[in-house]
Amino acid sequence: MAALILNFWAHRMISFRNALRALLGPLVVVGALSSAHAGPYDDALIKLTTDNYADTDAGVAALVESGNPRAEAIIEALRAGTLLYGDGKLAIRGPAGVAVDATTATPLVASDAGSLKPVRVNNRVRRAVEAALGSMTLLSPDQRRRLDAAAAVLRSRDAAALPSLDKALAQEKVERVKIAMLEARAAIILNQPDSSPGDRLAAVATLGNLGNQNALALLANLPAGASPELTAAARQASETIAANLALWNAAQNVWYGISLGSVLLLAAIGLAITFGTMGVINMAHGEMVMIGAYTTFMVQEVIRNHAPGLFGASLFIALPLAFLIAGAIGIAIERLVIRFLYGRPLETLLATWGLSLILQQGVRTMFGPSNREVGTPEWMSGALQLGGLSLTYNRIAIVIFAFAVFATLLLVLRYTSLGLYMRAVTQNRRMAGSVGIRTSRIDALAFGLGSGVAGIAGVALSQIDNVSPNLGQSYIIDSFMVVVFGGVGNLWGTLVGAMTLGVANKLLEPFAGAVLGKILLLVAIILFIQRRPRGLFALKGRAAEA
Amino acid sequence: MSTIINRQAVVVLVLLALAAIVIPAMNLAAAPGSVFHLSDHLVPLFGKYLCFALLALSVDLVWGFCGILSLGHGAFFALGGYAMGMYLMRQVGSRGVYADPVLPDFMVFLNWKELPWFWEGFNHFPYALLMILAVPGALAFVFGWFAFRSRVTGVYLSIMTQAMTFALMLAFFRNDMGFGGNNGLTDFKDILGFSVQAKSTRIALFVLSVAALAAGYVLCRWVVSSKLGKVVVAIRDAESRTRFLGYHVEQYKLVVFTLSAMLAGVAGALYVPQVGIINPGEFAPANSIEAVIWVAVGGRGTLAGAILGALVVNAGKTWFTGAVPEYWLFALGGLFVLVTLFMPTGILGAADKVWKRLRSRPEDTRGELASQAAE
Repeated sequence: MAALILNFWAHRMISFRNALRALLGPLVVVGALSSAHAGPYDDALIKLTTDNYADTDAGVAALVESGNPRAEAIIEALRAGTLLYGDGKLAIRGPAGVAVDATTATPLVASDAGSLKPVRVNNRVRRAVEAALGSMTLLSPDQRRRLDAAAAVLRSRDAAALPSLDKALAQEKVERVKIAMLEARAAIILNQPDSSPGDRLAAVATLGNLGNQNALALLANLPAGASPELTAAARQASETIAANLALWNAAQNVWYGISLGSVLLLAAIGLAITFGTMGVINMAHGEMVMIGAYTTFMVQEVIRNHAPGLFGASLFIALPLAFLIAGAIGIAIERLVIRFLYGRPLETLLATWGLSLILQQGVRTMFGPSNREVGTPEWMSGALQLGGLSLTYNRIAIVIFAFAVFATLLLVLRYTSLGLYMRAVTQNRRMAGSVGIRTSRIDALAFGLGSGVAGIAGVALSQIDNVSPNLGQSYIIDSFMVVVFGGVGNLWGTLVGAMTLGVANKLLEPFAGAVLGKILLLVAIILFIQRRPRGLFALKGRAAEA
Repeated sequence: MSTIINRQAVVVLVLLALAAIVIPAMNLAAAPGSVFHLSDHLVPLFGKYLCFALLALSVDLVWGFCGILSLGHGAFFALGGYAMGMYLMRQVGSRGVYADPVLPDFMVFLNWKELPWFWEGFNHFPYALLMILAVPGALAFVFGWFAFRSRVTGVYLSIMTQAMTFALMLAFFRNDMGFGGNNGLTDFKDILGFSVQAKSTRIALFVLSVAALAAGYVLCRWVVSSKLGKVVVAIRDAESRTRFLGYHVEQYKLVVFTLSAMLAGVAGALYVPQVGIINPGEFAPANSIEAVIWVAVGGRGTLAGAILGALVVNAGKTWFTGAVPEYWLFALGGLFVLVTLFMPTGILGAADKVWKRLRSRPEDTRGELASQAAE
């Protein structure tokens, strides 16, 4: 009973909407009728009702020609199989089963709708429909639809679309869509047997100017029987494009390198602080990163369940939390374990390795061994097109974030008293103690700071990597390399180290492959460390020998 | 001679000899079902422990006596293992899945037409033996030559050794390296004409492992009680001072490091036929660090402690991973922390302290005990 009432209301709603369309529809149709296209439009409609493939095909073409505003809806319905005919009338079946008159969009009475049959299509008609839709949506006010339409025309290479393409090109303002349309137009002309040699050369020139991957593919696949001058022009254009693309490619690789470098910087900078001040290799550093990532996961879980509206801000909520949680764990580790191992760096290394195993297994026990889903907020998805570069927003965010963290730490070390004490302890622990700095308290705070920074690195890495108990392990060796390469003298060493390794890695990748590139880099660092055993930015003076 | 074979050495060698007799006897002679019977799968398991003990011994030689904390000894172990694995692969001959008389299965699978040059010769056992020693030795020599000459020490050296084994792991994971990629080398058929699956072969391999461990132990004893050993200990305790006294510190370190890598290679070579597989996972940095903790648990700088630690920790690992697998990493991690915090001299060191207190008589330890200061 209740369902019936609901159903009734649903129908009422739909018929209300249809009634609205009925009010507006005829107005549009009348407008169309009064124009010069009235004749062809009606003829085209009649052709669609004859249940003959050839007629249907011709009808579709005529409909496109007519330029009637209803044409698109009718052809769309034909594609979807919801276009009905009968008694010389056309109708479109709506989503709720109610048919509307195709020409006027008024709802049909049930008795009328009963005798209707779907307009049948075959492959030929389907092709015509695709091409028709493509050329028609070229003029759509929606930018995305125009882009799709241009792509569809490019695929079909249907000469029939040429006039509408020219028309669309004349009024197109968006650069991206215009490029797609130019590509499509050139593709049609090049593949059209009867286009003039001059047009073809012009098309090749257009493609050469576009200079993208699609253009290169089109130029490479010239139809058979092309004249020698056309082939020569195409080859020249291809070469220019290839050189151009190589340049963009290199730029893209440098960008990937900077992005990887920022990730390394985030992961290594906390390590550089603890290693620099205390000479302690913290093998559990990677696990602090992992804890930061899991903090993000938990924050998002809570937000999903209790306040979905806050999701966009989830990362900003996670950042301070991750800093505090990882920092607190870091301080606890320092107070409970590392404090007792000063002066024995190798033992510290082993003890922190043990801690990293415990933390990993702890997280695995609590959250399970599989990857956890951390969502990307709306504002971080998508990509920025910059010429031939594609910069995804999440990578841009991480690069900016890494530099912000770096700058903040630089300022903390430079202008706060904690920073001053930390630098003093780094340079000469005993002397710092002698002038009244409580070195053990500075150690604890430095360890907490380093771990906290690792935690916020985890928040950032949760956006680009799998959040699993092994997250930290995959970064730890790279972070060590950054620190060893850059030296512990100051944070600039870490920046230079991270960026050098990141960019070198990505520039090597195209030639050597990802794995071999990485191996080469490791070997290079092993050799580099022979020359400068304390890294690029080494501490100088007596303290450095300790 | 008496300085090499001291009382500790006598105990170790007697225990090893006993193991070489008792374990095969329990497996072969005791009737199945009796309390003394040792089931077949335990023989290679114990053999595996002995290989680990030999690896621990090699780590102790560089860490306990020379102060070089190598986090890359697993690489030497794995290289020795791969050399043995390559010999075993060549022995498979046409019995592989693809029945190619020369090429191992994975090469046929990858469409390789001929054997890569570095596989030549591995069908001869003496050549394989030579490689088991030469490849880890050469790597250690080259790495050490670079590292020690430019005075990379302490944690920097540890990190570099870790990077070395990590780089090798990545390299061996590659299919086009020609070492079987991901899957490594496996499906061995026989060794020197004996089936690797046969009970008698397994017992022979076990006894060989005992013998190798005993020989390795005596060799290490000989090294540490020689003049070389004295200088090496001096380097551990005061590197700069030793250098100022006129010793070529780098050369001493290099000798010990290379020798230790060769021992690790032998351990790996004995390990492979007993477990039946070698894959790039053996290069994982975690494995090398685990070997270090065996030494720390037993007591570094004691040699016998390394053997004891390897056996104890691995027995514990077998038990844990069988009974409560999810707690093994907690236990291992806890072991790292507790041993470094509370037992810096390991089991042997602690036992020694107790022993001394009971006897209240100063024992002649001749620098074998781990010193507190690692520098």
